[in-house]
Amino acid sequence: MTRISFGRILNTQTIALVSVLLLNWILFPGFFKIEWQDGRLFGSLIDVLNRGAPVAILAIGMTAVIATKGVDLSVGAVMAMSGAVAATLVVAGYSGPVAVGGALAVGLACGLWNGILVAVLDIQPIIATLVLMVAGRGIAQLITEGSIVTFSDPTLIFIGTGSFLGMPMPVVIAFALMVLVTLAVRKTAIGLFIEAVGINRSAATLAGIRSRLLLISVYSVSGLCAAIAGIIVAGDIRGADANNAGLWLELDAILAAVIGGTSLLGGRFSIPMSVIGALIIQAMNTGILVSGYPPEFNLVVKAGIITVILMIQSPLAGQVLGFFGRKKSGASR
Amino acid sequence: MRVSRYRQSLADNPRPFGSPLYAGQSVEMPILSRNGEPAQRRSRPYLHIIVLMLSTLHAVLGRNAARPREKILSILKKLALAAGIATALSSAAMAADMTVGFSQIGSESGWRAAETSVTKQQAESRGINLKFADAQQKQENQIKAIRGFIAQGVDAILVAPVVATGWEDVLSEAKEAKIPVILLDRGIDGPEDLYLTSVASDQVKEGKVAGDWLVGTVKDKDCRVVELQGTVGSTPAINRKKGFEEAIAGHSNISIVRSQTGDFTRSKGKEVMEGFLKAENGGKNICAVYAHNDDMAVGAIQAIKDAGLKPGTDILVVSIDGVPDLFSAMAAGEANATVELTPNMAGPAFDALAAYKKDGTMPPKFIITESKLYTPADDPKGEAERRKSLGY
Repeated sequence: MTRISFGRILNTQTIALVSVLLLNWILFPGFFKIEWQDGRLFGSLIDVLNRGAPVAILAIGMTAVIATKGVDLSVGAVMAMSGAVAATLVVAGYSGPVAVGGALAVGLACGLWNGILVAVLDIQPIIATLVLMVAGRGIAQLITEGSIVTFSDPTLIFIGTGSFLGMPMPVVIAFALMVLVTLAVRKTAIGLFIEAVGINRSAATLAGIRSRLLLISVYSVSGLCAAIAGIIVAGDIRGADANNAGLWLELDAILAAVIGGTSLLGGRFSIPMSVIGALIIQAMNTGILVSGYPPEFNLVVKAGIITVILMIQSPLAGQVLGFFGRKKSGASR
Repeated sequence: MRVSRYRQSLADNPRPFGSPLYAGQSVEMPILSRNGEPAQRRSRPYLHIIVLMLSTLHAVLGRNAARPREKILSILKKLALAAGIATALSSAAMAADMTVGFSQIGSESGWRAAETSVTKQQAESRGINLKFADAQQKQENQIKAIRGFIAQGVDAILVAPVVATGWEDVLSEAKEAKIPVILLDRGIDGPEDLYLTSVASDQVKEGKVAGDWLVGTVKDKDCRVVELQGTVGSTPAINRKKGFEEAIAGHSNISIVRSQTGDFTRSKGKEVMEGFLKAENGGKNICAVYAHNDDMAVGAIQAIKDAGLKPGTDILVVSIDGVPDLFSAMAAGEANATVELTPNMAGPAFDALAAYKKDGTMPPKFIITESKLYTPADDPKGEAERRKSLGY
């Protein structure tokens, strides 16, 4: 992971992303057309990045959690909660930055809660985070009183729909977060610790890693990521929709991590690849929208493409491809 | 429960298990009732106080955490009202008054919240004592609530059924207890004699009213319509699509060129509309957007604005439901028409019930609520304010 070589970039994930984008281009010729409009870039490709940003942000936190052999099912509900808190605060008259701070604090608190359940009480991650997945949405509904809280705060709207150097803010935030977290895990020993805990927590603890603190931190980062995604989604529609914000997105985030090659058994992960995984999912969604297929096909098409991608990544496919590769190199020798 | 009882018994008799008895110490056998649980253990007033405090706290912090003072006031009002009702009941003057149980689905959308608050208003204005049960989207909770209402001997039961199947048993129980049941806004699969009547909107007609408005507005100009469907396979999505298609059927100048699902949500509505705008030459080829609900329309309006077009003029916006945010958009000239799905399902239900209780008039089996069209001529600003107070 020290040097980025051409071989590292040319892997299954990027090939899959490019293939899906090319497929979209065949179905809709204007797919790669990008225009400059009202001080920002405008086009289907930008939509893929922009709409994929929330799931990409969730996937960043989720990947770190999955790498410790855990899973965070609560991210969708935390999104709903953070959006609800931000919207309710600005409607109650607080300033935008205060609302953002409040929403982030909620995300952090949720992450801490999950982390303590997993690391201190040793509850299985899938159950520990399921608690907040169910309860969190209920809390969000209590905060918004079951309705969509609409706001017109410029800070929140800027986070959701503004642009920076022509790129939509969600894309900028997701990119910055990806670079930050990747540097943190790969330029320090944290990544190694995460992998060690994911492979064997007891051994890692015995080797001197403070696994409890590490797990709590990882779940907190996931909670923070979810809160950021929640603010973006709320800012995007200028309202907090507790019933639907982040609904089922935890599954998209897990899928993004898995497509990105992160092992659900822990110990192997790549943050940038998970982000590419999120973009593959969104490229499919956007492609379906511009292609003009009837909506009844949406899920079938998605399932088909994802099955193909995962099959290509499977060990068996690797062996088969490896066999052909060896044969070819043998012939050339 | 069992654990707390055990703790209580320890507190009463602080002798750990297995510790020897001292000489002269008498063993008090707990008095057991027939089912083996200790009897006469209710003399703990502080428990009641704690429960009371917790429930007050819950009531205060519950739904209206942002406005505790108003909430306390309303609780005080309700307490006063309850006291008033109690004295009135004791004087037997209002013995004819009805008690009606209402099993609501839960909080799934702003419209549902409005339906709940309108039902409460309607009951209050008619002097009906409404018992409200929130099912949190679960049929078993609704069945429990209905059984509870039957046990309490209410005069009638309103149900907004969360699913269409599985109601035969519990509704038969209500029928045997001679308690009329009225279905609100959703139907059930089952014998029609299980319920007195069903109050609902005609979803096909809603779509038709929207379509008729578009036909009347564009007249004989060519109009390429994009459609934002509800959740794939859901009844309102199927029916609202059907009604709209019926309305534009005879008009070859109007055609639906793109149709995708926005899952009835704002963010999906916005995302789908963004895709449509790109696919239709930056939106220049789109004449109108028809959304199966207002939330998707609100999302679509934002997408149209982001694309540098004017919603309401460059692209006509017509949708169904009548939520406050759409009326706000309409007041700003960004939406053109909405067909109201009235949250007042309880009003007609109570009317039918009153007639039935008075002289046994059987109401029609299906009461259809009005599907009223609202355009910018109908004071959208006032409508938005009025509806916000309903808890949308």
